[in-house]
Amino acid sequence: MERSLTHVALFAALVAVLGLVPAVTLPGGVPVTAQSLGIMLCGTVLGARRGALAVLLFLALVAMGLPLLSGGRGGLGVFFGPSVGFLIGFPVAAFVAGLVMERWRAPVGWAAAAGALLGGIVVLYPLGAAGWALMLGKTMAEVQVFLLGFLPGDLVKVVLAGLITRGLAQMRPGSLLSRA
Amino acid sequence: MLTLTSPVETPWHRVAAGWKLAVLAAVTAGLFALRDPAGLGLALVAVGGAYAAGGLVFLRHGVAMLRPLWPFLLLLAVWHLWSGEVREGVVIGLRLVTAVAAANLVTMTTRLSDMVAVMERVLAPLGRLGVPVGRVALGLALAVRFVPVMLERAGAVREAWRARSPRRPGWRVMVPVTLAALDDAERVAEALRARGGAG
Repeated sequence: MERSLTHVALFAALVAVLGLVPAVTLPGGVPVTAQSLGIMLCGTVLGARRGALAVLLFLALVAMGLPLLSGGRGGLGVFFGPSVGFLIGFPVAAFVAGLVMERWRAPVGWAAAAGALLGGIVVLYPLGAAGWALMLGKTMAEVQVFLLGFLPGDLVKVVLAGLITRGLAQMRPGSLLSRA
Repeated sequence: MLTLTSPVETPWHRVAAGWKLAVLAAVTAGLFALRDPAGLGLALVAVGGAYAAGGLVFLRHGVAMLRPLWPFLLLLAVWHLWSGEVREGVVIGLRLVTAVAAANLVTMTTRLSDMVAVMERVLAPLGRLGVPVGRVALGLALAVRFVPVMLERAGAVREAWRARSPRRPGWRVMVPVTLAALDDAERVAEALRARGGAG
């Protein structure tokens, strides 16, 4: 029980830290934070239920006024902005990523990448686009083209989620609660 | 840790957090019901006036908090000038800025401890439905405490990388950072158990 709690709390902190530290530097020198990668890792490492709880805890901290979203954003304002669909989609994405990890007994790296793809793109994108459509007064068809801008970066993150989760499993066998 | 609460004391700091949140909910619902540019413009002026009551520094800080909205406003402007539905675009843009500014005002004038108190009050009735309120509170406190700890460690890992390699620290530093989070979680769990458990 204590283990569940501390894992959820520390992964909420991890998602925050990944939003503050530039993790991937694009060839042009543009730093890209790995916050959405952190969301995927919550699912692939902690499993569906704990992963979603960790992300919910993170969102609670943001709502209470801590500037923990990438770019130093935070507070109640972000929940009334155009990106609210993505915020609502984050815990769902972590849940789906964790579910794939728990149910599909493929090698860790492949299962984690598949979970990250399904949760972080297939499930998250429609929710994010729905938020844009609602807040900007457009139809889903009109805004979905803007998702394409995120796709290359997120596909890289899917691969990284697989590699990192595999790396963790190799260094600490038994540390993945999603496979416990 | 740094919060978004403004250090500039405003009259709004003295209003109870619960009231501010209730008014925010009502204002936001009203904004989404309004479809008239003049009404929404008035609402924006009213929110701006609420900021101005806190002084010029506070107002400027509030405007800076809206910076993430610029790309969306630019997009709206281009879109609606192109399609000719300018009035519709003005309504959407005004509503967006006003709703976000109103929510930011509550965040900027409410201390973290007051927000936590509201959250506890909201969660308390859920405790009877089986939500472990004590553990939620402990989880929040742990996460807040560990953000600076993990930030510092991420910095140390990146420094160590730079000492060994002329290349930029890329995604590889994420493995030790995540591993440290897993190890910390195990140790904190053990410490909690040694002190009687999380309840």
